[in-house]
Amino acid sequence: MSTLHDFALRMGDSTLILGHRVSEWCGHAPVLEEDIALANTALDLIGQTQLWLGLAAEEEGSGKTADDLAFLRDAWEFRNALLTELPNGDFGRTLMRQYLFDEWHLLMLQALQGSSEKRVSDIADKAVKEVSYHVERSRDTVIGLGDGTAESHKRMQDALDYLYPYVGELFTPDAIDEAATNAGIAPDLASLRAPYDAALTATMAEATLSLPDSRFAHKGGRTGKMHTEHLGHILTQMQWLQRAYPGATW
Amino acid sequence: MYAQMVKSTGEGVKTRAEMSPEEAAFQDRIDAGIKIEPKDWMPEGYRKTLIRQIGQHAHSEIVGQLPEGNWITRAPTLERKAILLAKVQDEAGHGLYLYAAAETMGVSRDELTEQLLDGRMKYSSIFNYPTLNWADIGAVGWLVDGAAIMNQVPLQRTSYGPYSRAMIRICKEESFHQRQGYDIMMKMAQGTAAQKAMAQDALNRLWYPSLMMFGPSDKDSVHSAQSLAWKIKIDTNDELRQKFVDQTVPQAEYLGLTVPDENLKWNAEKGGYDFSEPDWDEFFDVLRGNGPCNVDRMEKRNTAWDEGAWVRDGLMAHAAKRAALKTAAE
Repeated sequence: MSTLHDFALRMGDSTLILGHRVSEWCGHAPVLEEDIALANTALDLIGQTQLWLGLAAEEEGSGKTADDLAFLRDAWEFRNALLTELPNGDFGRTLMRQYLFDEWHLLMLQALQGSSEKRVSDIADKAVKEVSYHVERSRDTVIGLGDGTAESHKRMQDALDYLYPYVGELFTPDAIDEAATNAGIAPDLASLRAPYDAALTATMAEATLSLPDSRFAHKGGRTGKMHTEHLGHILTQMQWLQRAYPGATW
Repeated sequence: MYAQMVKSTGEGVKTRAEMSPEEAAFQDRIDAGIKIEPKDWMPEGYRKTLIRQIGQHAHSEIVGQLPEGNWITRAPTLERKAILLAKVQDEAGHGLYLYAAAETMGVSRDELTEQLLDGRMKYSSIFNYPTLNWADIGAVGWLVDGAAIMNQVPLQRTSYGPYSRAMIRICKEESFHQRQGYDIMMKMAQGTAAQKAMAQDALNRLWYPSLMMFGPSDKDSVHSAQSLAWKIKIDTNDELRQKFVDQTVPQAEYLGLTVPDENLKWNAEKGGYDFSEPDWDEFFDVLRGNGPCNVDRMEKRNTAWDEGAWVRDGLMAHAAKRAALKTAAE
C-alpha cells in the first residue's frame, strides 16, 4: 500500500471512531444546545471520514469504497489514535477528550493545507473550518467546567488525568509517518508538539487544571500494533448491519 | 405536528354576545388573518392553550431524538449515518425554536422541561414506540415526519406570529426528513428478501401509531372547536388523517408494501380511502404512560437532566465568575 493510503487511513479511522463515540450522546446531553453541538461535531467528523477513507480506498485501487473500509475491516486493521476509542465517560471526559484531540487535529489540518498532495490539502481546507469551531467550543467548555464549581473542577481534572497518557501517541512518528513527511504529504508529527503544549498550557491555566507531569504515552492505535478492548465493541455495533446482511445496499 | 389532545379552555367557543370588547377585537384580528404578536393583548385561555401545544410539540422534538439516536451508531453506511445525525440535529434545533416561541408567552424552557420530566406535560404518543430494525428509521421519516408535515404545513398560517414563523422554518427541514425516510424505504423495498421483510415489518408496526398522531376524532371536542376558532389549529384531526392516508397508500403501493388494513379501500364517491381506525384504547394507554417505551424514554430524559446538573451548575458558576471579574475591572 502507498504512503498516501496509509496516511489517509490513519486520519479517517480517527475521525470515524471519534465521530462514532460522540454520536453515542444523541439525546442524552446535559442541555439542548449541547445535544445540537455534539450531533454537529459527530456529523463533521463522519463527513471528514467519508473524504479520508474515500481517498484511502481510491489509493488502494481495488474497487473498495469508504464504506467497505469503515464497515468491513476488523480491529487489527484499524489505524485510529487510541484516544478516539476511549469510552465517553461523563460529559466532562467526553469534552476533555474532544479538546485534546481538537488541538492536535487543528494543528495537523493547518499543516496539511500545505501538503504536496492536492487531494490531502483539499480535504484539509474543508475540514479546517469545521475543526476551528470544534476547538473553540471544546476549549471554552473545558475552561468553563474546569473553572466552574468544585465538583466540575474535580471531574475535569480526573478526565485530564485519565486521558493525558493517550496524547503522546499523536506526536510519535513511525516509519509510515516519516515517509509521509519525506514525501511532503504530511508534517513531522513531533514538530506539532511544541505549539500543542503551548495551547494546552494556556487553556489549562485558564481552566485552573494541572497538566500531569508524566509524559508516558500509550501507543499502538495509529500503527495497528495495539488497541484498547473498547474498539471491538464499537465495531460490533457499527458494523453489525453490513456484517449480518452481506452484499445488501442501504 | 406532535401535539395531541391539547386542552383548551374547556368552556366551548364564546358567541360574539358573550365576548368582552377586548375579546371581540382579538377575534376580529384573528378572523382577518392578522398575526398575534407577543406584546399584544390575548385571552388567558389562548395563551395557556398555546403554551400547552407549543410545549408538547417542543418536547416531542426532544424525546423524538431517542428512537432515531437508537440507530445512529448502527447506521449501515457513512452517508446514512451522516444524514441521520443531520436529522437529529435539526430536531434538537426545532425544539430550540419552539421553546423560544413558548418563551415569548412568558414561560421559560426550564419550567417546561421540568413539567415534561415530572409527567405534567406530554409529548407525542408516537415516540413511545420502539425502532426495532433499520427500516424503522425509514418508516419514521416517511410516516411519522409525513404525518407531522401534514399538520405543520397548515400551522404555518397559525394565528400566533412566533409559532407561525417557527413552523415555516421547521417545515422546510421536515420535508427533507420525509424524503430521506422514503429513500431508505425504497432501498429496503428494492433490496434483498431480508430487507423487504424489514420494510414490511416496520410498516406493520408503525402504520397505526402514525394514524394516532392526529389524535382521536375531534368532531365533538370543545377543545378543538376553540383552538380552530383561534386558528391555533387549522384543520380537524379527521381531515388530516384522511389526507395522510390518501397520500401514503399510493406510496406504499409504489414500494410494493402492504398497508396492514384489510378494510382499506378506495371510495370513489368521497374521493378518498376508507380505512380502519387505530385501536383508540391502545392510544389512551400510551398517553397514560403504558406504551412500549414510555418508561424508558422518561428515564433517559430524566437521567440526562440529572446527570447533566453538574455541567449546567459548573458553566453557570464560571459565567458568574467571569461577570464578577468584568464588573471588578470596570
